Amino acid sequence: MTGSDSAESRLPGGIRLPFEIQVEPRLHVPRWLSPLISVIAILVALLLGALVLALVGGDPVRAYAHIAGAAFGSLGVFSDTLVKATPLIMTGLACSVAFQMKLWNIGAEGQFYMGALGASIVILAGVVPADAPRLVAIPIMLVAGVVFGAAWGLVPGWLKARLRVNEIITSLMLNYIAIALVNYFIFGVWSEGGFQMTRTFQQAAWLPRLSDLAEQFPILRGLTTHFGLVFAVVAAVIVWYILFRSLWGYEIRLIGDNPRAAKYAGINITRNTVFVMMLSGGIAGLGGMSEIAGVVHRLQGSISPGYGFTGIIIAWLAKLNPLVVLPVSVLFGGLILAGREIQPAGVPRLIQGIILFMLIASEVFLRYRIRLVRRP
Amino acid sequence: MDPLIILHAGVATGTVLLFATIGEIFAERAGVLNLGLEGMMLIGAMSAFSVTVATGNGLLGLIVAMLAAGGLSLLHGVVTIHFQADQVVSGLALTFLGTGLSLVFGEGLNKAGAISLLPTLTIPVLASIPVLGPILFTKQSVMVYLGYLLVPVAWFYINRTRPGLHLRAVGENPTAADAMGLSVYRLRYSYVMVGGSLAGLAGGTISLAISPGWFSELTTGGMGWIAVGLVIFAQWDPWRAAFGGYAFGALRRTILDIQGPQTLLGLRNPFFFNPYFGFFLQMLPYAFTIAVLIIGSREALRKRLGAPAALGLPYVRGERGH
Amino acid sequence: MAEVANLVEMRGIVKRFPGVLANDEVDFELRPGEIHALLGENGAGKSTLMSVLAGLYKPEAGTIRVRGVPVSFGSPRDAIALGLGMIHQHFTLIDSHTVTENILLGLDDPRFLMRLARYDERIAQTAERFGLHVAPSAKIWQLSVGEQQRVEILKMLYRGVQVLIMDEPTSVLAPQEIDQLFKTLRSMVDQGKSIVFISHKLHEAMSIADRISVLRHGKVTAAGIKPEATSKAELANLMVGRKVLFEVEKKPRQPGEVVLELRGVCAENDKGLPALRDVGLKVRSGEILGLAGVAGNGQSELGEVITGLRRCTSGSILVNGKEVANRPARVPIELGVAHIPEDRTHVGTAPNLSITDNVIMKGYRDPPLAKGRTLDRQAARERAERLKAEYTILAPSVDTPARLLSGGNLQRVILARELSAEPTLLIAMQPTRGLDVGAIEGVQRLLLEQRDSGAAILLVSEELEEIFSLSDRIAVIYEGEIVGDSVAADAETVGLLMTGGAGSPKTEAAA
Repeated sequence: MTGSDSAESRLPGGIRLPFEIQVEPRLHVPRWLSPLISVIAILVALLLGALVLALVGGDPVRAYAHIAGAAFGSLGVFSDTLVKATPLIMTGLACSVAFQMKLWNIGAEGQFYMGALGASIVILAGVVPADAPRLVAIPIMLVAGVVFGAAWGLVPGWLKARLRVNEIITSLMLNYIAIALVNYFIFGVWSEGGFQMTRTFQQAAWLPRLSDLAEQFPILRGLTTHFGLVFAVVAAVIVWYILFRSLWGYEIRLIGDNPRAAKYAGINITRNTVFVMMLSGGIAGLGGMSEIAGVVHRLQGSISPGYGFTGIIIAWLAKLNPLVVLPVSVLFGGLILAGREIQPAGVPRLIQGIILFMLIASEVFLRYRIRLVRRP
Repeated sequence: MDPLIILHAGVATGTVLLFATIGEIFAERAGVLNLGLEGMMLIGAMSAFSVTVATGNGLLGLIVAMLAAGGLSLLHGVVTIHFQADQVVSGLALTFLGTGLSLVFGEGLNKAGAISLLPTLTIPVLASIPVLGPILFTKQSVMVYLGYLLVPVAWFYINRTRPGLHLRAVGENPTAADAMGLSVYRLRYSYVMVGGSLAGLAGGTISLAISPGWFSELTTGGMGWIAVGLVIFAQWDPWRAAFGGYAFGALRRTILDIQGPQTLLGLRNPFFFNPYFGFFLQMLPYAFTIAVLIIGSREALRKRLGAPAALGLPYVRGERGH
Repeated sequence: MAEVANLVEMRGIVKRFPGVLANDEVDFELRPGEIHALLGENGAGKSTLMSVLAGLYKPEAGTIRVRGVPVSFGSPRDAIALGLGMIHQHFTLIDSHTVTENILLGLDDPRFLMRLARYDERIAQTAERFGLHVAPSAKIWQLSVGEQQRVEILKMLYRGVQVLIMDEPTSVLAPQEIDQLFKTLRSMVDQGKSIVFISHKLHEAMSIADRISVLRHGKVTAAGIKPEATSKAELANLMVGRKVLFEVEKKPRQPGEVVLELRGVCAENDKGLPALRDVGLKVRSGEILGLAGVAGNGQSELGEVITGLRRCTSGSILVNGKEVANRPARVPIELGVAHIPEDRTHVGTAPNLSITDNVIMKGYRDPPLAKGRTLDRQAARERAERLKAEYTILAPSVDTPARLLSGGNLQRVILARELSAEPTLLIAMQPTRGLDVGAIEGVQRLLLEQRDSGAAILLVSEELEEIFSLSDRIAVIYEGEIVGDSVAADAETVGLLMTGGAGSPKTEAAA
């Protein structure tokens, strides 16, 4: 799209507007433009979501007000939002790291489940003795969660690195396989009373919550925010440091921008593909571990309403910056929390889709400048 | 565990995959990667079912399905062709959109409908061919026969016609195509919509013929993604796409049936109503897809062929190179 | 003298791109049956002007008349319909399709079914008429570059184009092939065609053209002058606006130890065909070995095997005595090998990363840029600032993304990065391609400076003049073999070797 050329810019039917749309590549991108465009994109997305809601007979204003209140209205509710945000931060980080290298890890959902599985196995299979203290149990669960998640990231990573197999499809297929594997354990091997869940873990395997301190600080009563949030924040800082301060991060970003230049600079792309996918999977696995150790305290069927997929949107909205993932996750956490009560059931998913779509569409404004010029 | 039944069902399910895969082949040959197949199939399935239930007209349902999915793919087209956004992420967004829209608008749809809403046919002479007759031409949905026609037509169009030459040119070297006077944008838009419409048709085939009804996301159960993988296995060729689709359909049926009989090949059937092994069987289609991808990728590497050269890259005219 | 009616008349053409005015009120005339050369250095606006004529760009202002009738093109199709066709510097061919398929692309005939056999014949006939020999059913990737150019010409002739615009057609040809091309052009003119010949090479314009027009920085500095009425010096002045030195100052130097040695190196290209056959070479410190050769004879692969970007199937490559063949790319880098790649944008730089990030690409692993496992951003910034000043990289700041830089500035970034590391061996692949005269002089000066401070340089270039003026020794590569070592610096000898003629005696390299 250069200058005012190309017949493509004429409207169908030969309609001529009184002005001309001139599109030219933008030479300099001011720093404030990017966040502004993102915000506008989200607002437009919310508007469109409201439109769809109205079309199916819902009340958008009431729905949105409900979401705001149900997510951020009070301390208790905000605490619940943070609980939902915790796994989102992890999957958002996992996706950000991989996407920085243009590795499309769509398998964060599966890696999340595998992390939960790993953490459960060490408890349920007795690797952690039943009477072990919390300071022993939790770290072991953490390591197990990360390792299992990393292994689940390793598979698509290795396939891509060695056999050039498209990681989008392999990581996605592994999601389904992971869920089936978890089902095997909760319906079969460790099923509790025939229900689709395992027995509850011992107290030592529970992540501490704010409400545990309710005796000393009555205000914390009933707040379910758990220590996993600390893991998440620490992970965000570490990932930020890796990406923007370390040598490895430089290599990752270079590979993502131009793999041929990275090869020319002597960087080993094969090795990095595998390692970055493992890092990504490991972080998602940590999310899974934190979710079961902090929220449900057992392995069960529905531990994730699509955290892995929402993580993709969060990563994109955060422009792949780990620190920005934090506030964005809180926003989406609120959306998911409050969205549970909205009818029809597909609405939160729909709004997420519209948001991502608007974000992508809006990026054109970063690359091009659009001017309306009066026709003489 | 009747091989005849398995193959018969395989052809039926395979037809769904065939439509989606060939549609995506058209889009990718033009250079546009559309990962939103799952979402478009869902929209197609939902709209076909709801329209047919409301009007009683199956054909109308299919047409609406194609229009809905095609319209959605148009969004993908605008964003990736005109706005030059990243095709991968846009496709993912499309999946979310399609899934979300189908869930929202499909809310409250009467889930009944175990009977097929489209006619089933048996072709008189062909049905008597030994072996193939009972599988291919006996009591198959009309959509299956449509699939049989689509494969050679698609192949012929792509490889032996002038518009097919243009299609391939646009995906291999859009700069050259543009210089020769082809409208790269118009062609890409057209084929993206063709791909979308065929995905919608695939969805409609599920909800009207193969597994009639609307079961939210379970309606497609990941088949859109499997179709994306099949395109690579098919090496962008309609015949291989059909083969892959039918094989996959047969696999699916095998997984279902293998849990039934008490004895398998004379030995006690380990899968017989075993709750545990059932889950491993569930994994098979997805593991199969991965295997198929590996095969396809290795072949592409070996033959130094593979994807259309410009696949996934936005086209900007008049780029001033250095 | 009778007024000859102009076939094509362009008046007051203005064409703008973001940040640059490519054509500034340019006039251009083409008479029927003439070869008109459009001369100018890289970036002067010649390709842009002709792209406007060919319908690829729409000008902001100005008029075009063809045979006296004002015209306006919406796309290249419109231009071709009026008989104007352009053959671009970078071919617009589809590698995986056949010659016939490429020629037929975009035409309304055949209507629907492609029965290629019939068209194969038709195209063969057209080819015969103009003396362009090519096999219609061959796939483009199987053809040599010269043959591909013939396909491009055929594409236009098949469409009945009367005015052929050729953009830098000789950049991919050896001297003898250039002669052949000129003969073809003359024969086309005899059959009634008119030709616009875009080039930055003075001597070519003077030898082939009936008339010459010169562009400088988007403006016309000379219009339609006859070659007899001017001189090389005058043309150079018109192109650049100042006196141009055709000679570079090269001090004689005694070469030192052998830094780079290749023995029996064989390698394949991307298509699995042999690209290098039993290559042997030696480059000494303080010496520039110029490798002449037509593009596509193995030079690219040679640069890649030395720098670890391609495997060799056999042979050994020694840098200061250490083996680098089939080792990871880091090995030669750590041995002090610098590499100026052919492809600035797709290999040499990362478009969305800043100048700073691009400049540290080779040295980021070592102190002072690295502090353990972390990057010392302050040190990196300081180095970038220093190099930006030293190599006069024109950009708003060191944070500017590389994709916004012009070709010349991008090359300066690469040079800054590679040369500041004080390499023992420098592999320079087409270092001045696509640059304007000022930038070219700068690059050549830098190469000589490196040579003077003891670096061994392997210079691969398409410009024979550059090879002649910079090299201490000249070698020639043809079809993957080194067919001349320590060759005399004259165009005829080298040209012959470049095209595989005259039973190339391999002279012994000086011990």
